[in-house]
Amino acid sequence: MFSLESGSGFWNPVLWVLALFILFLLFYGIRGFGKSTYKKGTEQTKVFLSGNKETSPEEMHVKASNLYWGFTTSMKSLYSLLRKMHTGNTSDYILWFVVVLAVVFLIMGVM
Amino acid sequence: MTFLETLLAHSPALVIATPLLSAFLVPLVGRISPRIRDIFALVMLGVTGCFIGLLASDVLSHGSRVYVFGAKNLSVPLVRILFEVDSMGMFMAIITVMLAGIAVIYSWSFLQKQDGLDKYYTLLLLVTTSALGMELTGDIFNFFVFLEISCIASCALIAFWVEEGEALEAAFKYIVVSSIGALFVLFAIGLLYAQYNALNIATLAHLLQFSFLDKIILVLLLVSLGMKAGLAPMHMWIPDSYGRTPPSIVLLIMSATLASFYGILRVIFTMYGNVLTTPLRFSLPAHLIIGWILIALAIVSILIGVIMALIQTDLLRLIAYAAVAEIGYMFLAIGTSIAALGTTYATVALQGGVLHILNDAIDIGLLFLVAGAIYFVAKKRSLDDISGLARNMKYTTVFFIIGLLAVAGMPPLNGFTSKFLIYESVYQVNPILSIIALLGSILLLAVFIKVFYAAFLGPELPELKDVKEAPRSMLLAMGFLAALAVCIGLFPNIFLDALVKPAATALLDHAQYINMVVGGL
Repeated sequence: MFSLESGSGFWNPVLWVLALFILFLLFYGIRGFGKSTYKKGTEQTKVFLSGNKETSPEEMHVKASNLYWGFTTSMKSLYSLLRKMHTGNTSDYILWFVVVLAVVFLIMGVM
Repeated sequence: MTFLETLLAHSPALVIATPLLSAFLVPLVGRISPRIRDIFALVMLGVTGCFIGLLASDVLSHGSRVYVFGAKNLSVPLVRILFEVDSMGMFMAIITVMLAGIAVIYSWSFLQKQDGLDKYYTLLLLVTTSALGMELTGDIFNFFVFLEISCIASCALIAFWVEEGEALEAAFKYIVVSSIGALFVLFAIGLLYAQYNALNIATLAHLLQFSFLDKIILVLLLVSLGMKAGLAPMHMWIPDSYGRTPPSIVLLIMSATLASFYGILRVIFTMYGNVLTTPLRFSLPAHLIIGWILIALAIVSILIGVIMALIQTDLLRLIAYAAVAEIGYMFLAIGTSIAALGTTYATVALQGGVLHILNDAIDIGLLFLVAGAIYFVAKKRSLDDISGLARNMKYTTVFFIIGLLAVAGMPPLNGFTSKFLIYESVYQVNPILSIIALLGSILLLAVFIKVFYAAFLGPELPELKDVKEAPRSMLLAMGFLAALAVCIGLFPNIFLDALVKPAATALLDHAQYINMVVGGL
């Protein structure tokens, strides 16, 4: 009834949610077999940093600009190109419009 | 004729007249009380919504409607404008009025302490009028007039935070880009009028020969409206404008942007619908070449949008880049539908694209409202300056998670339903396109996980310890969009059957659109 047909496949969100709920119940049940040895506020809950002293949460928080550092560094040349494209100059924005216009004219065979 | 029948008969005019007249009444009502003015703006949008609902139920059950402004009979000199309302126009009108209503509710708290709210509500209603006009008109010159109104009113709204110099700069960029785009649209309309002595879209579609000039007109309209819709690499005004504007205004500019996208659909499917199979170059049919041009630009939009979003730290600007990627998905679906015209998956792609217009408005709109709520309470834009907001903003956090998952196309939310249709149909054209589209969604997820981690998780910053949850009206606006995202995600068929399929069928059935006018009026 709630199936979405694409011609080559289907998607039923209600079934998906139901499956997710059953999985949740299953995992919750399995979890119940485990030992409850967790004690709050003891050594158990402290972070182990290879013997180094744990710094304050404020100091440990990774700022947004540092996230995905590896990805952005490896794509440095692409980012440098894209940043150069976006000059902030309105006449350059119009230049891009003219470039796209010219390319589409060429492809459509009117130039 | 009963009162309801009279209202129904004139509803196409009332849909435009109500927000237009209300726009100029707002300053007068504002003199009585600012509170009454705020409610008046919402009530008038509610009335407009009722007219749209009335008209939509009529169009969906009895087919398209033509409404004549001016001369009823064909006589010389003929002065008249036709509104041709079909399911696609109604679909867009529903999105426009919904976004405008949400923007008003959100503004009640968000802009409470701002000056110049009389002008703000006037401009808000004018942008709504212009978008509705673009979506309902059957006259290409009238479309241009509404496009111009939209440009000017949106520019003034972008400059709303005038005390911040960058808002003025953003408004300047917007008006230059929009005006140049609109001028090229006007040039194309001039060429059409010179050739066919007509401005009515249906009449033009009937007369169009796909001559050399017609090809020029098509390119001018596609590229100009594409720039207005934010298609890369002409997208640069979007992050600059959206990033410096109150989020409630972004919702309105989004509706104007989507109206431009609708313009492209109307031009390709309706105006050029009869000639799309004509050989264009190297014996290839026009629809194949146009479709692949759109697909190529869509892929560029998706990739530039997500890659640039990943490095942004300004939250509004980051979401603006995500919006560029989402526009790319819409163009990818439409490009696929045109390239594969006549196949079954072309129809699926078009349905996916049309549904994605609604999903884009909901998901990107929700994320902008969340960003606005963060700015409202923390007075900070940069993600580097905020952290741990989930502790004090529980509802906003939940709304953000819904927006995050929806925009990244995660099941079972609304973004997935349209992207599912897009992936499946695009795969039939070329599997690589489907892979790129999937990669874009994965990167979008990465982008918003970064935002979630940076803004909502992590330690509580000392300067943000006293931060409180966003006010009720802002929560209501966000909650409405979040609820819609969940509902469409869980029950996509209801929305697809009731709104999307009739809209897609109306676009594909250009003969019916032409016959409504050429056949008798």
